[in-house]
Amino acid sequence: MADDTSKTRYSHLLRNVVLTILLTAITPTVIVSLFVLDEFRSSYEKKVHDHLELLVRKHKRTIDMFLEEKLMDIRMLAGANTYADLSDESTLNRKFDEMQKAFDRTFVDLGLVDHSGRQIAYAGPHGLTGVSYADTDWFKEAIGSSYFISDVFKGLRGEPHFIVAVRHVHQEKPWILRATIDFGEFNDLVEYLRIGDTGFAFILNKTGQFQTTPTANVTPEEKKALWSDIRRVERPQSIFRKMKGDGQEALYAVTDLKKGNWIMVLRQDVKDAYAELKNAQRIAGLIILIGALIIVATSLVVSHRLIRRISKADEEKQIADKEKDMLSQQVIETGKLASIGELAAGIAHEINNPVAIMIEEAGWVEDLLEEEEFGKSENLDELHRALKQINTQGRRCKEITHKLLSFARKTDSRTMEISINDLLEEIVYLSSQRAKYSNIELHSDFEGDLPPISASETEMQQVFLNLVNNALDAMEKTGGTLTIRSRRVDDGIEVTIADTGIGIAEANLKRVFDPFYTTKPVGKGTGLGLSICFGIINKIGGDIQAQSQKGEGTTFAIRIPVIASQNEKGDSS
Amino acid sequence: MSIAKILLADDEKPFVETMTKRLKKREIESVAAHDGKEALERLAGDDGIEVVILDIKMPVMDGMTALKEIKSKYPLVEVIMLTGHATVETGIDGMKMGAFDYLMKPCDMEQLVAKVKEAAERKRKQEQKIMEARVQAITLRRP
Repeated sequence: MADDTSKTRYSHLLRNVVLTILLTAITPTVIVSLFVLDEFRSSYEKKVHDHLELLVRKHKRTIDMFLEEKLMDIRMLAGANTYADLSDESTLNRKFDEMQKAFDRTFVDLGLVDHSGRQIAYAGPHGLTGVSYADTDWFKEAIGSSYFISDVFKGLRGEPHFIVAVRHVHQEKPWILRATIDFGEFNDLVEYLRIGDTGFAFILNKTGQFQTTPTANVTPEEKKALWSDIRRVERPQSIFRKMKGDGQEALYAVTDLKKGNWIMVLRQDVKDAYAELKNAQRIAGLIILIGALIIVATSLVVSHRLIRRISKADEEKQIADKEKDMLSQQVIETGKLASIGELAAGIAHEINNPVAIMIEEAGWVEDLLEEEEFGKSENLDELHRALKQINTQGRRCKEITHKLLSFARKTDSRTMEISINDLLEEIVYLSSQRAKYSNIELHSDFEGDLPPISASETEMQQVFLNLVNNALDAMEKTGGTLTIRSRRVDDGIEVTIADTGIGIAEANLKRVFDPFYTTKPVGKGTGLGLSICFGIINKIGGDIQAQSQKGEGTTFAIRIPVIASQNEKGDSS
Repeated sequence: MSIAKILLADDEKPFVETMTKRLKKREIESVAAHDGKEALERLAGDDGIEVVILDIKMPVMDGMTALKEIKSKYPLVEVIMLTGHATVETGIDGMKMGAFDYLMKPCDMEQLVAKVKEAAERKRKQEQKIMEARVQAITLRRP
């Protein structure tokens, strides 16, 4: 029970120590790690954003410059030639050829449109001379401004293209020189902008229509949602995060082109944009996890060691406390016996005299009864019996007082060298008759060559006879076995007297050495025998212990120190 | 006619009185004293006392001191030590100082009588030896 309690206490202690170590070691690690990771994340995100912003700005400039260049080319052509020159198709074709040579295939065709919208001259592959653009949106816008760049549209040729147009006036009537820009080349220019694995760009017009073909799929839903964001965010340039249609998050960078008429959008999956960050976070997480595991393992090892030490120290303390308790118990016992001894000696002496008088008076009455005049009394026998009883009881008192005096060490206490085995042999001899009549088997087991002890022979005789008599008393009715054993132990000689008698209850076992304590019937025991034994053994520096099991028997173990010189001799031999 | 005359010294008066009566019944005449000093006075006043029964623990003068005095003044008078807590040691101590024997209280009357007789006998023998020695000294004295 006690073991369970201490186990629970140690497991609680272990848990608390482990938790304390973990809290003090892991908490700062986790806080610092989270702080560092967050700082790293925000700085990395800022870096990605800055990079994206730079790319978008650079590209915006490239595209704007491309458009400006094309517009400038047309403006120069229109400015350097007259209406009459350009309305001549051969001249226009020649000019177109020159432009093709100079700018490769950027310009698809060239046309001169009069104020009514009719193309009066055309140079290019589609044979569009004479077609009317009067109802087209681009013409309506181009005729109203000095120059114009249209949105991408399919137009009469059924292919996506856009137009760069310049307006001039001839005889107070406006005319337009227009050129079609190769969509493929423009599209390539935008497609050229790629970031990572998923980053690409596309251009939308003011109404949200694609002006280039996106390299990856942009669903109508995504475009719709994006378009509402684009109108909301600050421009000319902005970066924001948003969910794509496929449930993935994407990073969008938007910027105005063509003075706000077009919007370039750069889209990159967040997963791709922050791939390096995620990777770094994974490595950092792994390092933190390994660190935490090391801390946990260390804390467990350290705590276990600590608890083991504490439990060992506790055990040592318990043993020390127990020894201390036993020692103080012995001191108390000895002190108690000493004071009781003094008291007993005083009482014994005081009682002895009146008892002597009583016995003498009884003797005197007995003397008188022997006289003739009392010889005829009817109650003579009864008087004799009563006097004999007074005499017997008086002698019992005498025995008690003598035992008390013996207990107070007033007996022959001269110490001499004694052979324990000889003494025990004598005890066995003295007790053998009584044992025989009580049907008790007497075993003796004496170790040979035991060193002598220094003690009073009468006292030692008293001790062993007391113990043997008690053992015989315990088996008187039932019979049994009495074993007397002597053997050499480290610090002296141990004599054990073991019976198989009625035993002593545990509660009584503690009190057997107390004076006047007896469990024997009234008149049978004085309760002094064992306390005398205790006093004698204690005096010679020995120790007496009783062990008993109710119903199974009692064992008294007496340890007696041997004479120092003999002890040494014994050890060396 | 008594078989011996003793001095019984004990501070317990009832004990002395009863003992006296019992001893008298056994033909032993006793003189009582209740301390060591009184015992010496009685001895000084009565030279018929042959044996002294002396209690060890007594007021005024204890038994051991009285024994010492008795033995120095009356060496032939035999002393039996009587004690309530006689031990081998006190008995031996008493005997070393010249006591005839020792007895423990309460003692067996017959044992006491036997010891008294022995002691008286010894005293008488001693006295006889001394007497004989004197007689011899006188008879063998050369004129």
